[in-house]
Amino acid sequence: MATSDIQIAEHALQHHFADMEQQRETASFGMWAFLLTEVMFFGGMFCAYLVYRAAYYQAFVQGSQRMDLLAGAVNTAVLICSSLTMALAVRAAKMGKSKTVVTFLLITILFAFAFLVIKGFEYHGHWVDHQFPGPNFHFEPLKGPAVDPLHTEIFFSLYWVMTGLHALHVIVGIMLITWLVTVILRGRVSAHYYNPVDTVGLYWHFVDLVWIYLFPLFYLISKQHGS
Amino acid sequence: MAAPAHTGHIGSLKLYLGIWGLLLLLTFTTVMVAFVDLGPFNIVVALVIATIKGSLVALFFMHLRESSKMTMIVAVASLFWLFILLSLTMTDYVSRAWSTRLH
Repeated sequence: MATSDIQIAEHALQHHFADMEQQRETASFGMWAFLLTEVMFFGGMFCAYLVYRAAYYQAFVQGSQRMDLLAGAVNTAVLICSSLTMALAVRAAKMGKSKTVVTFLLITILFAFAFLVIKGFEYHGHWVDHQFPGPNFHFEPLKGPAVDPLHTEIFFSLYWVMTGLHALHVIVGIMLITWLVTVILRGRVSAHYYNPVDTVGLYWHFVDLVWIYLFPLFYLISKQHGS
Repeated sequence: MAAPAHTGHIGSLKLYLGIWGLLLLLTFTTVMVAFVDLGPFNIVVALVIATIKGSLVALFFMHLRESSKMTMIVAVASLFWLFILLSLTMTDYVSRAWSTRLH
């Protein structure tokens, strides 16, 4: 252990913790507790989705046919790649390789922006096609029986709110990772104290996890009868 | 510099790349399966695959499998509360149709 590392470790240990390990576990536990509240936060919306999908299944099928499957699938892959680079950043942080951590974090930010750009193009497409809930909402089913447009509007309301709040989490993630990079560049993180990398990593993986469920629920409803 | 013993376990590079490959493969699978007509089982398969992917992310990327018992309790608790939220809500909506029509 290098002397500077010992100094950083001593500096990083808050007085109310017995040792670094307890401090690390507490930080990780705190983020998990926050993620529990996030599960319930998104859970409420998943619950609304479940209720309306059960009630207006045909409208959900027709709404889903208007989703850009390729963009959704590519975005799923982009987020999975960003999860990998984040996991590798945490791994490098544990080994004390600060430069590698920064590199992986910057790649993660790039993936995050790629996700938002692709999502932006999708949002633009839905917007110009009047698939945005409100007075200008208009919907023509690609195929299948005519359903009440109000029911399709509910599908798109859930789509915009759920993917929108997810995108908000991606933006917050970008801000957190940027902050993380500045913390590392100031030399506040070492193999003995990498809690910030660990906890932001947990948050980022959770953002990926939410999308893993959003993707099949909005893009993959009954594709075999659709486009 | 050797990693000190008290820091968290460092997973091998191979493991992370393997999980990443598996996640991409499962994404490809779920898109392909969506085009096969399985009747009511399409959503079941899609959710099972999503849950496998989610478990891989939580267990390996989020290191849940080597976390403390406390952390595991939090993770399981989140699923448990979500289960209560979804199941009790649906008990209401499903049973309403028994007496009056839903819409």
